[in-house]
Amino acid sequence: MSVDNNQGQLWEVFIQSKNNLPYKHVGSIHASDKNMALQNARDLYTRRGEGRGIWVVPSNCIVASDPVDEASFFDPSEDKVYRHPTFYVMPEGAKNI
Amino acid sequence: MLFQYCLRMGDTHNVLAHRMGEWCTNGHILEEDIAMTNIALDHIGAARAWLTYAGEVEGKGRSEDDLAYFRDERAYYNMLIAELPNGNFADTIARNFMFDAFSVLYYSELQNSSDETIAGIAAKVLKEVKYHYKHSADWVLRLGDGTEESHQKMQDALDEVWRFTGNMFEMDSVDQTLADAGVGVDASELKATWLNLVQKTIEEATLKLPENNYMISGSKEGMHTEALGHMLAEMQSLARAYPDAKW
Repeated sequence: MSVDNNQGQLWEVFIQSKNNLPYKHVGSIHASDKNMALQNARDLYTRRGEGRGIWVVPSNCIVASDPVDEASFFDPSEDKVYRHPTFYVMPEGAKNI
Repeated sequence: MLFQYCLRMGDTHNVLAHRMGEWCTNGHILEEDIAMTNIALDHIGAARAWLTYAGEVEGKGRSEDDLAYFRDERAYYNMLIAELPNGNFADTIARNFMFDAFSVLYYSELQNSSDETIAGIAAKVLKEVKYHYKHSADWVLRLGDGTEESHQKMQDALDEVWRFTGNMFEMDSVDQTLADAGVGVDASELKATWLNLVQKTIEEATLKLPENNYMISGSKEGMHTEALGHMLAEMQSLARAYPDAKW
């Protein structure tokens, strides 16, 4: 990732919409330090009341799967329907499992 | 008297809002452009609240827009610091930093106003100016403790704006009467705390507190720098050319 342009480093932004809900990726921003990243994320992604919590992570700290590995990573799960909870019979009287 | 006080508060926010709005499309990166226009919108919101209340207090049916767009320079009572041109980015940051630090202290007191409307406005605006202060103070640190060039520009900017800071703490009979009545705040009492606050950040940023003690005043009587007239001409031209224009 290039940091020698004048835009600063790239950061990924995650927003929590309410307490206890998971943080969701919403986009990315440029900033040259942590404080600036947090403030820029706040200004860009919570202007309309979208969130109560923000995470910012330097994009180069994220380890991502490679599209080349897609088949070996994800295809093996396709024929294992028994891993879905719908495979189990609901016991009588149980409202959810 | 209360009308005059509300005009001063509203005008200060309105004029600073316009200055911050002038940064729109001119920020050095997209993110900062949005940050500055966000701040402009916060000040517009504060200006609307103050000027609407001013109109109610006056009782002559003047709306926030009447007050904002149909008063001339000599009838504007904003703090001088708010009207200073944006200059370079460091100039804008220095101006806002001095004003934001003042606003945090001032509104912290004003939220206890005996006037319910004012207390309500203050509580809302306080949350916003706290964020503005964080934004401007962080930039003072970043630029002051940055490169040789950014350090010099930040120092020049602090030195340049310094003579307009005394105006924020001035008290005339309007301010004093309202402060004594528990409606307003005695700004002069905040000066020592303010000085400590800005000095801490300035020193942390490896910068020097300006030494010039000559302070410019005049805003309480509608006397301004040459910058305000030009700004108002632009800001008010649309509303005056099309007085019935609606969004």
